[in-house]
Amino acid sequence: MSKIGAMFPEISRYLFKKRATVLYPFERLDIPKNFRGRPIYDPEKCSLKCKGLCATDCPAKAIIMEQVGEEESRPVFLLYRCAFCGQCAESCPFGAITLSEEFELASYDKESLISKQW
Amino acid sequence: MAVTIPIGPQHPALKEPINLTVTVDGETIVDIGVRLGYNHRGIEKAGELGNYIQDIYLTARICGICSHIHSTTFCQGVEELLGLEVPKRGLYIRTLVCELERIHSHLLWLGVAGHELGFDTLFMYSWRDREIVMDLLEIISGNRVNYGMNTIGGVRRNITDEMKPQILKGIQQLKERTEYYLGVASTEVTFLRRTEGVGLLPKEKAIELCACGPTARGSGVEYDVRRDDPYAAYPYLDFKVVTSDLGDVLGRTVVRVLEVIESCKMCRQIIEELPEGEFRTKAPRKVPAGEVVSKTEAPRGELLHYIRSNGTDHPERLKVRTPTLANITSVLHCLKGGYIADIPIVFAAIDPCMACMDRIMILDSENRNRKEKQAISWEELRKYSMKWYSDRYQSPSPLKGEARRV
Repeated sequence: MSKIGAMFPEISRYLFKKRATVLYPFERLDIPKNFRGRPIYDPEKCSLKCKGLCATDCPAKAIIMEQVGEEESRPVFLLYRCAFCGQCAESCPFGAITLSEEFELASYDKESLISKQW
Repeated sequence: MAVTIPIGPQHPALKEPINLTVTVDGETIVDIGVRLGYNHRGIEKAGELGNYIQDIYLTARICGICSHIHSTTFCQGVEELLGLEVPKRGLYIRTLVCELERIHSHLLWLGVAGHELGFDTLFMYSWRDREIVMDLLEIISGNRVNYGMNTIGGVRRNITDEMKPQILKGIQQLKERTEYYLGVASTEVTFLRRTEGVGLLPKEKAIELCACGPTARGSGVEYDVRRDDPYAAYPYLDFKVVTSDLGDVLGRTVVRVLEVIESCKMCRQIIEELPEGEFRTKAPRKVPAGEVVSKTEAPRGELLHYIRSNGTDHPERLKVRTPTLANITSVLHCLKGGYIADIPIVFAAIDPCMACMDRIMILDSENRNRKEKQAISWEELRKYSMKWYSDRYQSPSPLKGEARRV
């Protein structure tokens, strides 16, 4: 059976309900448990000698290895390239990388998005 | 008198670039031609340059809406090359995300269809309810889109016991809302007038033109990769393949909405029957030489990935055939004989995704239409642009004496 305004009762019901959106940034939703934000590097755990499995597996080429000694290198995170997939954390055999809940990373300055955490 | 009008590559009725050359007689379309390739991104080549782990994330980015199914297809192919057996729990979680993704894609399509019909209320409401499934995906994977759930040998995240009641509650809400939209789509007169008998695709024609997915099922072709060539956890699930004999846009709508309800039932079954144990196995980095065709049912239809490996850690060849490419010939058939005003909805009814589809771009350097050559190298283009800008800023008027139009 066809009729005009099949959604009308539904719409008038919602006139008196609370709004569905939140007023970000004044109100914030909870961040889900599995969220992947800015990568955090733990220099203590990094073995320095694995030649960068994190950099090899990074799909966005957001990690570059910087020489710190003769045969030692540490990762530099280029946050402007990072896709926040979390593969670096998974590839690291020593658990030196974790992904935080920080997501507001917009910046006017490209230099500030190069993250050297040692 | 027949008039030829171009629609696209940039056109308000299209969401993504494609060129339709429409020959019309009055309001009726008598002939239609198509040109693809405006959105070629070189994904296959990029896939050949990266290693298998990088390619999981690359294939997930072929499509923004059905990203999980692309990475599932890729991982499944690589697992077959490796002879790797994925733990059953991994397969179940993978299938759960596939089905949640189908729900989100179909609800998104319903909104787009409503928008194309000028029924924006349906668009707003179905997209608001789509947020329920987006939230579920966020709980499971941490992201609303590009979930990054798949890896070679299983999935990357587990489903914990505290997630289960949340997911079941969300699925129940979704099912109720989708049943309501089914009622709206089958009773609302403004919806029916624009969809009934529009873009007809008879069953024989659908088979002849190799239509796939909801487009084929909306014409009564009972084909679904999930049932006919089962992968992941589909062999263990009870579901029926939804078809409609209407063959028009309404038929495709009904198929999609009923598929959402079917998917909700499957999600419930997956959560209830989720096996215990490991959800991923360790996969070797190097893949032995071989070739494989991996086939899945994406929300839009049958999706193929062809992978050839050469014993190293990166594929030698990656080929992707998306369902939109399979459906583009049938949409041209649907448009013929219809009205110009029906182009947006008939075209949207196959749920087209140009960015997923474009695998080739044809450049005509011989140039039939213009005298000078079109194809120029990157260096030449750079020099040309620098000259253009320096000319523009040095001379007060770039139009050399003519009045500058602002």
